[in-house]
Amino acid sequence: MINDSKSRREFLRSSAVTVAGLSLGFSLSGCSPSANSAALTADQRGLAADVSVWLNIDSNGLITIRVPSAEMGQGVNTSLPQLIAEELDADWSRVRSETAPHTADFVNPSTLSRGTGGSSAVRRWWPTLAKAGAAAKEMLVSAAAQRWDVPVSELSTSNSTVIHSASGRQAGYGELASAAGQLSIPENPLVKSPADYTLIGKPLKRLDSPAKVNGSATYGIDIVVEGMSYATVAASPNFVGELISMSEADARAVNGVQDIIEIPASHYVNSGIQSIVAMPDTVAVVANSYWQAKKGLAALKPQFSDGGVAGVNNASLTAGFMAALDQEGVQVRNDGDISDSLSRAEKLVEADYTVPYLAHLTMEPMNCTAHYISDDVNGDRLEVWAPTQGQSHAVNVLQQAFGLHANQITLHTTFMGGGFGRRFEADFVVQAAMISRAAKKPIKMLWSREEDLQHDYYRPASASRFQVGLNAEGLPVAWKNVMACPSVAQRNFSAAVVNGADPFSVEGAVNIPYSIENQLVTLKQHDTNIPVGSWRSVGSSHNGFYVESMMDEVAVAGNHDPFELRRKLLQHEPRFLTVLDQLEEKSGWKQAPVAGRFRGMAIHESFASIVGEVAEISITENGSIKIHTMTCVIDCGKVVNPSIIETQLASAMIDGLTAALRGGIKIEEGRVVQSNFDTYKLMHMAEVPAMAIHIIDNDEAPGGIGEPAVPPSMPALTNAIFAATGKRVRSLPIESSLA
Amino acid sequence: MNLTINNVVHEFEVDEDTPLLWVLRDTLGMTGTKFGCGVAQCGACSVLIDGEVQRSCSIPAAAVAGREIKTIEGLSADSSHPVQQAWIAEDVPQCGYCQSGQIMAAVALLDANPNPSDDEIDQSMTNICRCGSYSRIRKAIHRVANA
Repeated sequence: MINDSKSRREFLRSSAVTVAGLSLGFSLSGCSPSANSAALTADQRGLAADVSVWLNIDSNGLITIRVPSAEMGQGVNTSLPQLIAEELDADWSRVRSETAPHTADFVNPSTLSRGTGGSSAVRRWWPTLAKAGAAAKEMLVSAAAQRWDVPVSELSTSNSTVIHSASGRQAGYGELASAAGQLSIPENPLVKSPADYTLIGKPLKRLDSPAKVNGSATYGIDIVVEGMSYATVAASPNFVGELISMSEADARAVNGVQDIIEIPASHYVNSGIQSIVAMPDTVAVVANSYWQAKKGLAALKPQFSDGGVAGVNNASLTAGFMAALDQEGVQVRNDGDISDSLSRAEKLVEADYTVPYLAHLTMEPMNCTAHYISDDVNGDRLEVWAPTQGQSHAVNVLQQAFGLHANQITLHTTFMGGGFGRRFEADFVVQAAMISRAAKKPIKMLWSREEDLQHDYYRPASASRFQVGLNAEGLPVAWKNVMACPSVAQRNFSAAVVNGADPFSVEGAVNIPYSIENQLVTLKQHDTNIPVGSWRSVGSSHNGFYVESMMDEVAVAGNHDPFELRRKLLQHEPRFLTVLDQLEEKSGWKQAPVAGRFRGMAIHESFASIVGEVAEISITENGSIKIHTMTCVIDCGKVVNPSIIETQLASAMIDGLTAALRGGIKIEEGRVVQSNFDTYKLMHMAEVPAMAIHIIDNDEAPGGIGEPAVPPSMPALTNAIFAATGKRVRSLPIESSLA
Repeated sequence: MNLTINNVVHEFEVDEDTPLLWVLRDTLGMTGTKFGCGVAQCGACSVLIDGEVQRSCSIPAAAVAGREIKTIEGLSADSSHPVQQAWIAEDVPQCGYCQSGQIMAAVALLDANPNPSDDEIDQSMTNICRCGSYSRIRKAIHRVANA
């Protein structure tokens, strides 16, 4: 059975038949971004109750909160319910959560779309969810006031209970829910002031842990639809070559193989979505089981043309980026007079840096289940079960691919075995739907790990050149940074590209926090045949490394301690200073490390959070790098769940350190050489350093937590390597650079 | 083919070369055991065979007929197994996809060595977690040992 639909049906039945539940929803369709104030007509409210709800309270007091963001490990199925539960004064032990269905109610009012990325869930949803919780509480209080015939002002709430202290009466939310559900939704519910918070700021337990320790959590790969077959695919290895031959008879001779389905790239070109999905020629094998599909694909031996990229390899790609640095780019920042200030500088520090393409390697390989029903009379229908970060994006792509209206498409969001930006893409969703339409049956499509690693939308490789002029005090007065980078935004966020400058390419470089009077930053867009996309922290994943490595070089050249130099240049940035000072204190920066250990520092702002990190390392006898401790300080504004923040910071640091040490796509003849975890190595338990994580809580606007600890981890490590060895790592990964 | 999984005998027909992982997931609908790599590198598919942790993606089901196979579903029906309880207490899972395999590896480790040192944990726990939940996995194992 279909897990998602089953629970949905049960939910609808319980709310429709028993009318026991308080169902609340704010329909946002057709509303302006500021119109989510619960000012709904009865009709709208009826629609919301039938189709979409934020929360349901059953007669036993069990509160089910629907989460608009997609859970991929970052904890939104806990942190977002925490925001509602706070305003509701809910008993947290009686709160459950589930991913909301894909309806207009769950479109974000500030972005007018639904998707999960940019470390934005808490930031973008807080106002809406606070109102949903506060409105529900007011309705429960009103129901109690009516029942007891007392004024609302005499009632208080705590732990899922309405209390009338004057008479000693109290009633649980479960017994009030039915009556409360009959009331109109208050237009302007009063939200709490932070001083009154009892749940926000607490390390509440994750609501998804129990299902994730007994195998019952449903990921995309676990979806089962009645009558489905299995499919697996092979796409052109060099991304642009065409399918030229295959052994179809051999594949069909494999037991269980049902069908061979070609999906040429021209399919996407003709439907006008190739500029968005950038998909290669692909062939799918449909079979009775995944294993048989995999064997069928092996027998099929699809061959693809060289696509004119046979000469593309890592050396040629790097040469291309370096050549692009010499071409004129687009100015993205121009403060003061860079030529004059560079010519007057007492000392010039120059360096070129490069980083490689990076794969996402989510633990759960790409997959999607789709059922396309062709119906010439009533119109086609498409139902999709997708582990996706980008619901609106996926539906848009599906609409264009098949010429459907949004109301012909039903999208269910499953748990994701990791996302990291990869699952924002719609390629695997549209592919599964195409196979289902051709096969005329429900299809669970699953990629092999090899296909997943070799057909990613990679973190772009790029190059960055610095010329920094120092004054007589050794302080930087001229900062020239020239970058060459492929564009991530031009496919999925094309409106963001202004005057040929992709904002993702320059984020973290165009907005350095340091007080340097003369700055010139330019970007030369340089695309290759390797597809690129959003990778955890996006542009900051390379610019954080570039800028903070260069700051370390400047400190050395100017004879300043790296901490003291940053401190001097951040005098006008109080939040940076606070993070920096805590980082100095917590890492023991001013005390010498034990003999044989060395430290490196970096600080970087991304996604509205400031993160400082110090890596403490040693070099082992065989010359390898041992990371002992990562000290991390974050200012992410108002803290919602410190336990989840801690896990995200540790997670992001391990991601960044792994990438810095050994991440990188190897390319020969225009294609990815690595195939699996045996050739693309990740960090294991034994290598993971101790993590000293410190969270600054303040009343600033909330910042992101999923990504911001990635960027500083890489330069903190390479700066420590410089301290230990005198070798400046200007090209990642470290293990290749130092080999 | 016959297999004894979580003390229940299952009878089914599959191709002789089908790995145990796909029998569990696709034939028997026991989807708690996950696919991550298919080449015994990541450990997401870890199960116990006669008490020893094995990577089910790379073992033909036919090769384990007659052996005792235990999957995440067989630890407990209600997440009450001490290792599951420790995982909940330490809030180990993030995306959670690798955690069935991590838990099975931890069960095997703790069965053999009820109080493992950090070094012994490092040696035994070789499964990949892309969310980097390693520190909490370590804490959860110590929690079981100290209970």
